[in-house]
Amino acid sequence: MRNDYRARNHPAWWAFLLHRLSGLALSVFLPFHFWAIGQALQGEARLDSLLRWTEQPLVKFAEIMLVLLLAAHLTGGLRLLALEFLPWRDWQKGLLAWAVGAALTAGLAFALAL
Amino acid sequence: MEGGTVSSTGQGFAAEPVAVSNLSAKAEVWLWIAQRASAALLALCVLVHLVTIIYAVRHGLSGAAILERTRGNAAGLAFYVVYVLAIAVHAPIGLRTLCQEWLAWRSASLNWFVAAVAVALFVFGLRAAWAVFA
Repeated sequence: MRNDYRARNHPAWWAFLLHRLSGLALSVFLPFHFWAIGQALQGEARLDSLLRWTEQPLVKFAEIMLVLLLAAHLTGGLRLLALEFLPWRDWQKGLLAWAVGAALTAGLAFALAL
Repeated sequence: MEGGTVSSTGQGFAAEPVAVSNLSAKAEVWLWIAQRASAALLALCVLVHLVTIIYAVRHGLSGAAILERTRGNAAGLAFYVVYVLAIAVHAPIGLRTLCQEWLAWRSASLNWFVAAVAVALFVFGLRAAWAVFA
């Protein structure tokens, strides 16, 4: 039996891939995030110059993507915790749709607040 | 029991099991528990963080505006210390699984690598929290 695309072309497999890739992206982003926030040690002016840098459209777009990925990792993770620790119920099949919906809502809330 | 093993074919018993980890089964179970416990904590932290981000963006995103809200905020500092600690536990364990499954990196060096990632995330995360809240 081969583990080919037939085993993967399924919503739960895409959820797994999204969870893993969002986790990887967030892990890569974290050191830069910590470095940027740490610039506050050098005073307000330094933080301001960094914030001005983030005004660029491409950086703004990346920020929205990061918030989306964080929200998706959160909702996907809650789905996994529910699957692993709660007794199985029929409503758990709908968790995927809830997870995607909640993540998109968080992403949109951030994008619209910008 | 030393080392986790899995059938090399994925079908029942294998003649030559392939080691999937260089840690004891007990250690793997502890990592699994730590991953889930930190995930539950992070669920709360990330929710608060997302709300904070959206609030901050709506209420002025200048260095002065941010630091005015954060400086001397002991509760904020305590929250982010817990958040950073949970991240330093959660992210390296996730990266470890990814390295094992996608890169086939299963030697002892992987454990040293993820331990270093955990320490670095913790130290630099604390430094960032200190920078805005202290």
